[in-house]
This record gives sequence, structure tokens and C-alpha cells, in this order.
Amino acid sequence: MSDSVSVAIHGVSKVFGHDRNAVTALDDVSLDIREGEFFTLLGPSGCGKTTLLRLIAGFEHPTRGHIDLHGEEISHLPPYRRPVNTVFQSYALFPHMTVAENIGFGLEMQGKSKEETTSTVGEMLRLVQMEDLADRRTDQISGGQQQRVALARALAPRPRVLLLDEPLSALDYKLRKGMQIELKRLQNETGITFIFVTHDQEEALTMSDRLAVMSQGKVLQVGAPREIYAHPAVRFVADFIGDTNFLDAELLEIERDRTELKLPSGKPVSARGAARSVDGKVHIAVRPEQTTLTRDADAAHLEGHIDNVVYSGTDTHYHITLPGGESFVVRTQNRGDSGDEWQAGQTAGIVIEPGAVQILAD
Amino acid sequence: MENSLSTRRNQFSVFKQPGFTIIALACFIVLYMPIVVLVVYSFNSGTSPAKWDGFSLQWYAAAWNNSAVKTATLISIIVACQASLYATILATMAAMGTTRTRPYRGQNVIYALVNQPLMVPEIVTAVALLICFAVIKELTDYRGLAYLVLSHTAFCIPFAYLPIRARLEGMDRTLELAAADLYANSWQSFRRVTLPQLWPGILAGAMLAFVISLDDVVITEFVKAPGQDTLPTYMLGQLRRAITPEINAISTALLLISAILALFVFLLGRKHGN
Repeated sequence: MSDSVSVAIHGVSKVFGHDRNAVTALDDVSLDIREGEFFTLLGPSGCGKTTLLRLIAGFEHPTRGHIDLHGEEISHLPPYRRPVNTVFQSYALFPHMTVAENIGFGLEMQGKSKEETTSTVGEMLRLVQMEDLADRRTDQISGGQQQRVALARALAPRPRVLLLDEPLSALDYKLRKGMQIELKRLQNETGITFIFVTHDQEEALTMSDRLAVMSQGKVLQVGAPREIYAHPAVRFVADFIGDTNFLDAELLEIERDRTELKLPSGKPVSARGAARSVDGKVHIAVRPEQTTLTRDADAAHLEGHIDNVVYSGTDTHYHITLPGGESFVVRTQNRGDSGDEWQAGQTAGIVIEPGAVQILAD
Repeated sequence: MENSLSTRRNQFSVFKQPGFTIIALACFIVLYMPIVVLVVYSFNSGTSPAKWDGFSLQWYAAAWNNSAVKTATLISIIVACQASLYATILATMAAMGTTRTRPYRGQNVIYALVNQPLMVPEIVTAVALLICFAVIKELTDYRGLAYLVLSHTAFCIPFAYLPIRARLEGMDRTLELAAADLYANSWQSFRRVTLPQLWPGILAGAMLAFVISLDDVVITEFVKAPGQDTLPTYMLGQLRRAITPEINAISTALLLISAILALFVFLLGRKHGN
């Protein structure tokens, strides 16, 4: 992976329809996607992630802004002039062609010689482990195999960028897990920039080098999975990725890169980064697994009433109501010696681990 | 429980309505009896198309050896082949233009215009063509078959257009996006991806157009020049004189051709699941 930019999206907006029927699918989106990285666009359905992918592929053209590929503007080019290939959600394999013909289609359209096409197709078939099925029709192979053919077909012309539109969503759980590893392997072996669209946050976290979280046509946060999970910038990101407790806190003191806060319980706690606030109040997020229960009132940051204890194999979830009425979840990992120490109905202290408090911008 | 059982028992079934069998049978008899009579009497050995004198193939032989029938058949086939070819090409283009573009203003108007021959009374078109071609004949002195081919092409277009359009609408559009994504320009994408899947629709449209052209009387009767009788207009001419079972024999042959083509269209449609 290098630091040079592969796809640069500059202030792109996309509006569908006209006048009163106009729908803004993308609202002033800017992004830099680096060469050779596995970049994910993550968001709920309707957030604009697929529209952004279609704009990069050339199936749509931006209403405002432009898209550059390695420094050259491509937003006005038709799809067949962009060195970018797509793996479609429905695979879109050509039903009247064999597996090998499907994979060779792009090469043939590029005007590659017969020999070169044949050898590249062979290489691709090996890459996705489909050599035995080269002459099958695409309706005679399984969904997972169709997925591999779609990948091989898109990789065969050696695109600068590979676009993947929720390609795993039609597969069952086991196959999906396998394909996730397979995709990472293919990306490592080819060194091609992958732009992957998904609504599955777990998939996004496990596969991406970096990801952009989108909502309502906007990019809310861009970063490495660890960064996004540990330090969500806004409420939506904190809520969409993983489970989160939301609390209100008061500002006590702001230093250069840390902020002292007062929790609803009156206890102080410190958070990374400098907060900005007009009225001295901020919203904070705390991940359930970065908290524990205690009987020691002095060590506890918060105190509450346990409503419910949910055992889920690896973890136990404690659903707690704080004195102000807010709900709070504490998640602890189950160990061999941990019995049912806490029961519903008890009052418990909550300890927040150092660095677990994240200040939200909204 | 009891309730759901009784509703199931009372479920509406058209088969169980009083008189269903009789009405259905009566309809089939009215529809097909004349055709059965026509076919049966084509094998009559007598000269009357209404009085049975015994089995014979003599009228088929007579029709086969009738040079006027041969000429008319040849003209019918020449006109139908050309008209269905041109109509299918134009209909394919029209279908692409009405399904593979961004929605535009007046799209429904174009749809209506393409299907105009289905809505305008045929006799009106016939008179209009007669007058129009009279002017052209006057100006150019050309009196060939092109007038018939042209008018048949025109009224065959909607019959070719409808199945082709239906096929295009049923196709997965992402396949064409995938082709464009894989460096195929519009023409390559049409030839390599759209057309191979459109063939059943195109063939169905062409056969339908062929049968419609082969069948036409009204427009042909008005447009044809002397000596340009097609099989149907020749038969119409014969009816004005003494009728012999020869007409039955020709009709039966025509029926057979139409039925075979219709069967072909049906099988094509079924094979491709549309």
C-alpha cells in the first residue's frame, strides 16, 4: 500500500429527479481513496453508498463536483472508458456465455489477442480456483461459484480499481465468512485498490484498511476500523457500529488534548481530545465492553439498578437503569470462574475503563 | 376451525358454475366448426363446397397445378418475407428506443404512434395508402411490388414490436451495465449481450409479422396493381365466381402454414420462459 491517491472524490453531489421530486442521494461528498487499499463505504440502505459506487463506475454522472482517478478527471467518461471494473450485487453474469467466456469478455472488448485472453482467463480461473468449471454455463454453477466468476471477470482486465457492490449479501453465513477471507487474499495478491460497499458493520470492520461511514448522502467519518470503533466522532457512527451507551456530561476543564468531564453521577472522568461546547454540556459515548461492575462505591463512576441479566455464551450483558432514568449496558466476558455474581434487582457500581469515554460532536 | 373449513368449501370456482361446460363447449364449436367444415370439404371429390361426394385429393392437385395460385402464392411469400424482415428491424430499433433510454417527454406518445396500425381502422389506412400511392405512381411511373411491401411493413411493425419490447423489458438491465463496465461500447454491448438474449423475441415478432402479412386482404386489395394478387386477394376474387373446393384446399394449406408458425412462436416463448 502506498500513500498516493487512487480515487479522489471532490465535492460530489448527486440529485435524482427535478424540482419538487428532486432527491439528493449524495450531498457534497469528498474522499481520497489510496492506491492499493481495501476501502469500504459503510452505511444503512439509502445512505448513498451505492450511488457513489455507480458514479465511480460511470453508470451515473455527478450533479456537482468531480471524480479523479490517479489525478485525471474521469467523471465525464462513459463506463467503457474507465479502467475500473465492478462486481455486481446480482453478479450479472452473461447467461448465454460459459464461465471462461464471461471472464474473457472484458479482455476481448479491450482488443487483447486470442492468446493473451486465453492465458489471462486461465490465470484468473486458477486465482479463483475454478479451472474445472471453465466450460460450464453460468446457470449450472452454485451461488458461491458464480460469485467467484464475477470476481474473476472483473479482475481479468487488471483494472486500477475494483468496485464491489455488496457482493456477499446473497451468500449464506458460512460461505460469506469464506469469501471475506478470499477477497482479502485476492486484494493482497493483485494489489488492486478495492472499493467495497456494505451495510454490514462487522464485514466492514474485519475487511477494510479504512472505511467511510455514510448516512443520508453524507460521509460522517473516515478512518481505520480501530479508529472508527474506538473513537466515533458523531452519535450516528457510535450507534451504527457496535453497541454504545450514550450519556450527557458537563465540561469541567479542557486541556490541549484531554478534557475533564463531570458525569451525571457527579463523578469526574477524563476523555481524549479537546471538546467544544457552547453551554458547557457534551454528549459522550461509552462502549459496554469497556465498563465493569463493582461493589466499591468509591471506584464506581456511575451507580444504577440492574433490570436484567442476559447470558450470551461468551459474554454477559447487564441492563442497568441510572438514577436519571438513562439506560446503560455493561458487558463482561465470561470466564471459567465467573458465576452469577450479579442478579437483576441489585444495585451496582459501574467502572468506566480509562480512555473509554468518547466525546461526540453532536 | 369450522369457519375456515366452510370458506374453503365455498371458494369460488368458475368450473363449478351452472352451465359452465355447455357454454365452453358452445364457444369452441362456434369458433372451430367452420374451420373443421372447411378442412373436411377440401377433401370432397365433388364440385360443391357444401355437398359431400366422397374423399379425394383432386382439389389439392388442382390448386397445385393452377398457375394463378402459384403466382399469387409467390407474391404473398415475397411480400411477407420482405415486410416481416423490414418490420422486425424497425420494430427492434423502436423497442430499443422506447426501453433503453432515460425516460423522456413524449415516450407514451411514441408508444402510441408505433402501435397506430392496431388502432386506426384498416379500411382507413387502405384508402389513405391508395390515394397516397396514386400520387407517387403518377409522379414516378413506378408500378412494382414496393408499394405492397411498404404498406405491409407498416402494419406489421406493431406485431413485431410488442413481443420484442416485452422481451427487452423482461431482461436484466445490469447485464448491459456489466458489458459497459467491461469496456464494451454501446454497439458491442448490443451485439454481444442484448441481441443474443433478444433473439427469441425477435423471432417471435418476425413470425407474427409474417403471418399477419400473409393474411392481409383489405390493404392489399386497395394497394395492389393488376397482376399483383396475393393468395388472399386471389381467393377473394375467386369467390365472386363459381366456388369449388379448390378454395377450401388453398385455405387449408394457408391454415397449416399459419398454425405451424404460431406453434413455433409458442414453443420459443416457452423454451425461454417468457
